[in-house]
Amino acid sequence: MKIEGRVWIFRDDDINTDLIYPGKYTYEPLPGEEQAKHAMEDYDPEFSKKVNKNDIIVTGKNFGCGSSREQAVTCLKNAGVEAIVARSFARLFYRNAINSALTVIECPEAVEFIFKKTDKQGSMLSELKMEIDLKEGKIRIGSEEFSFPKWDEQAMLIFEAGGLAEYTRRLIKEKTKA
Amino acid sequence: MGKTLIEKIIARASGKGEVKAGEIVFASPYRILSHDNSAAISKIFKEMGAERVWDPERIFIALDHAVPPSDEKKALNHKLIREFVRAQGIKHFYDCGVGICHQVLPEYGHVIPGSLILGSDSHTTTHGAFAAAGIAIGRTETASVWALGKTWLKVPQTIKIILKGKLKKGVYAKDVILYLIGQIGADGANYKSVEFAGEMVEGMSVSERMTISNLSAEMGAKAAIFPFDETTRKWLEPRVQQPYEPLYADEDAFYEKILEYNLSDLEPQVACPHKVDNVHALKELGKVKIDVALLGTCTNGRLDDLKIASEIVAGKKIAPGVRLLVYPASQEVLKEALKLGYIEKLVEAGAEIAIPSCGPCLGAYGGVLAPGEKCISSANRNFKGRMGCKEDTEIYLASPATVAASALAGFITAEV
Repeated sequence: MKIEGRVWIFRDDDINTDLIYPGKYTYEPLPGEEQAKHAMEDYDPEFSKKVNKNDIIVTGKNFGCGSSREQAVTCLKNAGVEAIVARSFARLFYRNAINSALTVIECPEAVEFIFKKTDKQGSMLSELKMEIDLKEGKIRIGSEEFSFPKWDEQAMLIFEAGGLAEYTRRLIKEKTKA
Repeated sequence: MGKTLIEKIIARASGKGEVKAGEIVFASPYRILSHDNSAAISKIFKEMGAERVWDPERIFIALDHAVPPSDEKKALNHKLIREFVRAQGIKHFYDCGVGICHQVLPEYGHVIPGSLILGSDSHTTTHGAFAAAGIAIGRTETASVWALGKTWLKVPQTIKIILKGKLKKGVYAKDVILYLIGQIGADGANYKSVEFAGEMVEGMSVSERMTISNLSAEMGAKAAIFPFDETTRKWLEPRVQQPYEPLYADEDAFYEKILEYNLSDLEPQVACPHKVDNVHALKELGKVKIDVALLGTCTNGRLDDLKIASEIVAGKKIAPGVRLLVYPASQEVLKEALKLGYIEKLVEAGAEIAIPSCGPCLGAYGGVLAPGEKCISSANRNFKGRMGCKEDTEIYLASPATVAASALAGFITAEV
C-alpha cells in the first residue's frame, strides 16, 4: 500500500470541523461530489477548485477538532485527498477517517520538516512530492525518510476492508450465513 | 495497580473482568444516541445490508438540531427518521420540541451510573456528569453499532482534575471549565478520559457537572466523568426505574496526569474568537460591543441557567439593537421556567424565546449571524463561521450570567 502525491501545506494548528466542512451543510444530505465542493470552504475557498486526486495534506496539531460530523472526512476524500499527515489529530476525526478508509498519519517529524520550508501561515500547494508506505510505516520526501507508528490491528482490518461500512457488511453477511 | 473509572466502565460494557488503558476491546452501549443525523445513519445502516437493529430498547433518538424544520429538505429528513423509528420499533424516540438530546437522555432516565453511552454527537461527553462514560462516535460507526450492538474502543489513559476552593459570587461552573480549557488547551485531553474530583466537585449540582462534562469535549476528552455521589443519586431517583450499581475509581488507580486547581480567586472567563482555548479573564477584554446574546444550548440551557439570567435582567431592558435569544434545553426546563416566572422576566426584558433545541449554536438553523456581527454565547464553540456566517463574525463564549449582563449593557460585561 503506497501513496504518492502532491503536498498541500495547511500551516496551522487546531483546524476544526467547521473550517473543513461548515455546519450549515450537515443536515442536508449532499452527495459526495457536492460535499467535495465545500471542502475547506471556510479555511481556503480556493482549495476545492485546485485539489487533485492523490493529494496529501500536511498540517499541525489537533486537526479535525470539534464536531463528530463525518463529512469533514468524506468531503476531503471525495475531493481527492488521499492522505493527511499531521502533528496530531482530534480523536473523533481520526476515528472517522479510519472508518471511511482515509489515510491519517501522525508524524510530527515529517510535519516539522515540511513546515520549515515556508514562513507563510495558512493553506498553500507546495512543490513537494511525498510517498507514504503504510505497510512499512515510512514517509519519503525526496531523499528524506521518516517513520511513523503502525495502526492498531483492528483499525487496519477496518481500513483494509475499505472502511467500516464494508467491514460491517461483511460481518452481517457472515452472520446470516452461519 | 487499581483501576480508573473509565477502565471499570469499559470493562463492564465489554463483559470483561478487567481492562487496562491501551487495550482494544469490543464494547456494547447501554444507550446509543443520535439526533437529526439519524436519517443519514439509517441510510448507511441499510447500505450495510442490515435489516433489523440489534436492540430497539437501546437506541435513543431526539430531534433537536433543525427544530421545527425550516424547509422541505429538513422536514423530509425528520420524516425519514420517524418512518425508520416506526419500522424498527425503536423505543426511545423524542420528536421535535421535547429538547436537546443531551438534556432529554438523562431527563427521561436513559443514563445510569457505570454505563457506557455512545453518541453520534461530539458533546456526548455530557453524560459523564452521571458517573457514566459518554463517548462520541461518527455516523458510520453509529450505523454499525445499530447493526452489530458493539464497537471497538481503545481504553484511554486518564487525567485526574482536582478542583479545590469555593467560587466567588458571580463565578460559575462555565467559568471553571473555560478556565480549565484555557489552561489545558484544545488538545490537552485528546484521546484521554478526564476524571473530576475534589471538594468543589462535591458541592456541584448535576446541571453544573453537565456543563463541565459537555465542554470537556473542547479539550479533546474522549470521556469526562464525575464520581457518583448523593447528588447523582437524588437527581436520578425520580427518573431511573431499574436498579443500578455505580462504579468507583480505585484509590490506587493509575493516572497519566493529576492536575490540581484552587479556584477561589477565579474571575468570570471568556473564550475569545476563534478557538475555545483562547480564554481570558473578562476584565482583560477591552470594550467588545455585541449584536447577539445567546442563552441556552446543551451547555447552558438548564433551569439554573435561565434562573441566573432572568434574575439579572429582571425589571430591565436589553440594550437597543441587541437581540437576546433564549433556547431552553428541554420542554421540562421550559415548563419549570414558565412556572417559576423566569421566562416572563426574560420576555419582559426583550428576549426572544425559542423552542427547546440546539438552535443557532452550529449555524445549521435559526439565529444565524450577519456579516460583521458579534455574539456573546453560553454555547460551546466559537469557531469561525460556527453560527452560519464567517465574514467578520465573532463569537465569545461565557457563562449565562455574563450573557445576560452583556445583553443589558450592549457590550461584554459581567457587571450587574
